[in-house]
Amino acid sequence: MTRAGGWLLGIWSALAYGLLYAPVVVTVLFSFNAPRGRFNLIWQGFTLENWRHPLRDQALTDAFLTSLGLSLAAALLALLLGGLMALALSRARVRGGRSIELLLALPLTNPEIVVATALLNLFVGIDLPRGPLTLVLSHSLFCLSYAALTLKARLAGFDPTLELAAQDLGATPLAAFRRVTLPLLVPGLLAATLLCFSLSFDDYVISSFTAGETVILPLYLAGAFQREISPQIQVLSTLVLLVSVAALLLASPRKGRL
Amino acid sequence: MPRSPRAEADRRRRWWPWLLLAPGLIWLIGLYVLPLLGLVPLSLSEPVSRFGLETVFRGRVGNYAEVLQAYGPILVRSFGFALIATALGLVLAYPLAFAIRFHGGRWKSLLVGLVVLPSLTSYLVRAIAFTSLLGDSGPVLNLVASLGLTGWLDGLGVLRDGRLLNTPTAVILGLTNNLLPFLVLPLVVAMERIDPRLLEVADDLHAGPLRSFTQVVWPLSLPGLGAGILLSLIPAAGDVVNPKFLGGPNDRMIANAIETLLLVQLQAPRAAALTLVLMALITLAVLLQLRGRGVDDLPLP
Repeated sequence: MTRAGGWLLGIWSALAYGLLYAPVVVTVLFSFNAPRGRFNLIWQGFTLENWRHPLRDQALTDAFLTSLGLSLAAALLALLLGGLMALALSRARVRGGRSIELLLALPLTNPEIVVATALLNLFVGIDLPRGPLTLVLSHSLFCLSYAALTLKARLAGFDPTLELAAQDLGATPLAAFRRVTLPLLVPGLLAATLLCFSLSFDDYVISSFTAGETVILPLYLAGAFQREISPQIQVLSTLVLLVSVAALLLASPRKGRL
Repeated sequence: MPRSPRAEADRRRRWWPWLLLAPGLIWLIGLYVLPLLGLVPLSLSEPVSRFGLETVFRGRVGNYAEVLQAYGPILVRSFGFALIATALGLVLAYPLAFAIRFHGGRWKSLLVGLVVLPSLTSYLVRAIAFTSLLGDSGPVLNLVASLGLTGWLDGLGVLRDGRLLNTPTAVILGLTNNLLPFLVLPLVVAMERIDPRLLEVADDLHAGPLRSFTQVVWPLSLPGLGAGILLSLIPAAGDVVNPKFLGGPNDRMIANAIETLLLVQLQAPRAAALTLVLMALITLAVLLQLRGRGVDDLPLP
């Protein structure tokens, strides 16, 4: 490639990163803003005041904590159900296995609004009041597909002779699984948990249909557009970003993967 | 459980997988398949009253005609916005993926990680940030004004009366920001599979950079391109947040219409009909993309 072409490509890539990062930079920046009025949307001046008590906005903090609990429950439930499915699909020649994989992939090809409408209709139909239970059910549903498919991909890349070797050395099948397979699967399980957790933590559309009176973080944020955008929103988002970057760095092996 | 050579395990093998599959399948069928199928009779029903979500089945096929008539333009607009955002995204994503793959060197995984990182900030928080960025006294409009482009961009229809917020442009920028990673990642994966020796051969055969791009890189990146477009179009066409918070009342998209029908107007049958129309269109797009290929080709994380 010519020198000019290389420069052009570099500038163009910087432009792409610019569009990706503009809102993130603005969010971090505005956590240091001293807003006038209820909406922290116009830059007024630098302050550290918002960071002195990061969690002082009680309603926001409550929504955040509710979200943490919900996403943890949904991710673990999806991991359990999806992990068992992945195990069966990768270790046994199940008749209809391909159809089950298709069934797992289908919810991912629908826009969220489709699943949201269907779920609300279901909960209204069986007269299940919308609240924490319906939130966990619906979040675990869309996490299930991700968990099962990513874990199945991990299991497919796993060497089955390791387990056989353990059995040759006298381990029972269950012991071989527990002592050999499971430890090797830990990074995959961790990655799937993080993926499910962050998908659930971020979900607005399905939540807004199935939450009832329960206020979780995405619903609180959506309401903030009309009510009040306090700088604590930007402070909390910056904190969440920092924690997720740390979690990602810890969870990924030394060499990055796609 | 492992493959065991023992005959006893062989006999067991027939039922244990189904035991593991059962809970997940119950979830999928109970919370996805049946509710989705349930939308069909619902879409042919009528609300019992104007004050609740209870409905009664009436075989009203007319719901579909009414919905198509009332929301046809919004449907067209949704796919229009999604297509423009995807096209804009591709203009940025393709060169970026190319740069990461062929010029990333040892920074490659870091550069890919940096593409995903913004997704860790909620898209609602990013919408709040876009409200600051694109607002009347925000940096983008200030830049446009200082470059003296306001009138020109107004004429092009990019701005509306010198404003950005509550315009289609704001919605499309928000959508493009959201979908960029979904375009870049499959493209990098596809380009990663290109054997560098192919490029050496092209070079040996005196193909210029342009020729080796059009003959080697472009055709081999097409699977990633298809996957990326699908992964971007589907969520973009069904997006709620960007049109709701960055667009004006005339920039609402189809998911906003469904939301209003169901939650505000309590017209569950029409909401169901509109949802099924949207789903049919998306399924059509997915089938066109897959064209007989298997699930393995579905672009998944």
